Amino acid sequence: MRLATILAAALVAALPAFGAALAQAQQANPENIQIGLSTDRVAITADFSGADLTIFGAVENADPLINRQGRYDVIVVLEGPAKPVVVRRKERVLGMWINLDSETFENVPSSYSVATTRAFRDIAEPKNYKQLALGADNLYIQPADTTDDPVTIAEFTAALRERKKATGLYSERIGGVQFLSANLFRAALSLAPNVPVGTHRARAFLFRNGVFVKETSAQLAIYKSGFEQTIYRFANNHAFWFGIFAVGLAMLTGWLGRIIFRRD
Amino acid sequence: MGIYLPIAELSANIVVLLAMGAAVGFLSGMFGVGGGFLITPLLIFYNIPPAIAVATGANQVIASSFSGALAHFKRGTLDFKLGTMLLLGGIVGSTLGIYVFALLRAIGQLDLFISLLYVILLGTVGALMMVESVNAIRKTKDGAAPALKKSGQHNWIHRLPLKMRFRASKLFVSVIPVLGLGAGIGFLSSIMGVGGGFIMVPALIYLLKVPTNVVIGTSLFQIIFVSAYTTIVHSTTNQTVDIVLAFVLMVGGVAGAQYGAKAGQKLRGEQLRALLALLVLAVALRLAFDLFVRPNTLYSLTGIDGGHL
Repeated sequence: MRLATILAAALVAALPAFGAALAQAQQANPENIQIGLSTDRVAITADFSGADLTIFGAVENADPLINRQGRYDVIVVLEGPAKPVVVRRKERVLGMWINLDSETFENVPSSYSVATTRAFRDIAEPKNYKQLALGADNLYIQPADTTDDPVTIAEFTAALRERKKATGLYSERIGGVQFLSANLFRAALSLAPNVPVGTHRARAFLFRNGVFVKETSAQLAIYKSGFEQTIYRFANNHAFWFGIFAVGLAMLTGWLGRIIFRRD
Repeated sequence: MGIYLPIAELSANIVVLLAMGAAVGFLSGMFGVGGGFLITPLLIFYNIPPAIAVATGANQVIASSFSGALAHFKRGTLDFKLGTMLLLGGIVGSTLGIYVFALLRAIGQLDLFISLLYVILLGTVGALMMVESVNAIRKTKDGAAPALKKSGQHNWIHRLPLKMRFRASKLFVSVIPVLGLGAGIGFLSSIMGVGGGFIMVPALIYLLKVPTNVVIGTSLFQIIFVSAYTTIVHSTTNQTVDIVLAFVLMVGGVAGAQYGAKAGQKLRGEQLRALLALLVLAVALRLAFDLFVRPNTLYSLTGIDGGHL
């Protein structure tokens, strides 16, 4: 599997100049976090089989003392476009495994890739993640029918997360965020081979001594490139003519096959 | 080597797909079948979403049937009128099939229905063919000449009203079973992604008593137009025709078919039918296995309309 590495270069130039005025502002307006993508578009080409996405970022106005103790933590998330999802459960009927129960969820992120500086439990208390809905296990997944049995909803929610993880769409990289210097960090996230196209949102969360400080986000468009995109658009916008074209292509292939391998 | 399938939205191995097309093409050339009943289950085994496997299978069938059909058109070994009547029925059946397809997809039962249809149809046809060919092999071993079909034998079909004359087939038969047969195969075409030759050919021979010289040509005529119609309607309503996938399969298939046809000439008719029966039964068993054995995961995710995410 070829891993295309998409590098998003640093965007650190925006770091403010240091000065006395800044030192004062630091008291009132403490740490800030910035991330930058050199590209806001990632193309999926014919040979796409997953990729690594690197996001660079910086912690502004970092407290040198806390920095030295290594008590700044960063969690970076790349969230795919939200879509409604139906989860179905198979049960045995007359010996066959058949989809019976189902639960519909609204606004489920189609992909959710996380990178952290350390293991989740070492960064902050679980309740912090719950409040921020941060991490695949803490994402709030809204059932379409809230009157359903909570036990059933919980079971199907767990199944949804498990399926998403199994297909590589929800992934986690502990240690995927590394500090390159006191302020500068780099996050490596994985794009699965089946990464959904659409507008993805990169979000970075800054923690200081286990306390959430600040969040920032940037957008990334993942799209099918050139030929793939043309076909996909043709199939969706001119579905009828696409069908005609598919038939024509099949007939042409059959006819050419007859000419090339003439038997009679 | 990976290739990205733009409609299925996943990347697959192009070598595997070409080999799959070539293997099915080889078998279809050998046995003179379209191969749709093999390609669709193979794609499903290869984790292509069933809805896309079916629509793409219908598209691929056109290519594999077209070159054979050209030969028959040229020689005039087809009953154009009979083919047209079958086609009319086929279009009605296919339209109905597309609606059923969309409905089943929305309620999450499409995969089950496709598998069940395959298991039942392939199981039945495979078993019948097996019995017939084994009997034929036994008879030729005993030295007795295979019994000739009694012509002019009438069955219930010939008592139906609305008779129509089909000159090329030397038939005077009710149009009801013709339209019904066409419709049934059209329905299967849109749900299973098959051309339906493996049902059409025996039905024309044994039920309608169509002379064997025009059977294949007429069957191919109907298959091409019904598959074309199915492909267009699937593309229009479900956007599930993956043209890249279909094209790779076609290229493999067209090449494989030529070698298959050569290999087929070396085997005797009843041996060929016994082999085909074995193959059909194997596919049915494999699909049945998936239905009855506890799957690795009981949960599955789909989009709101039942389509893939």
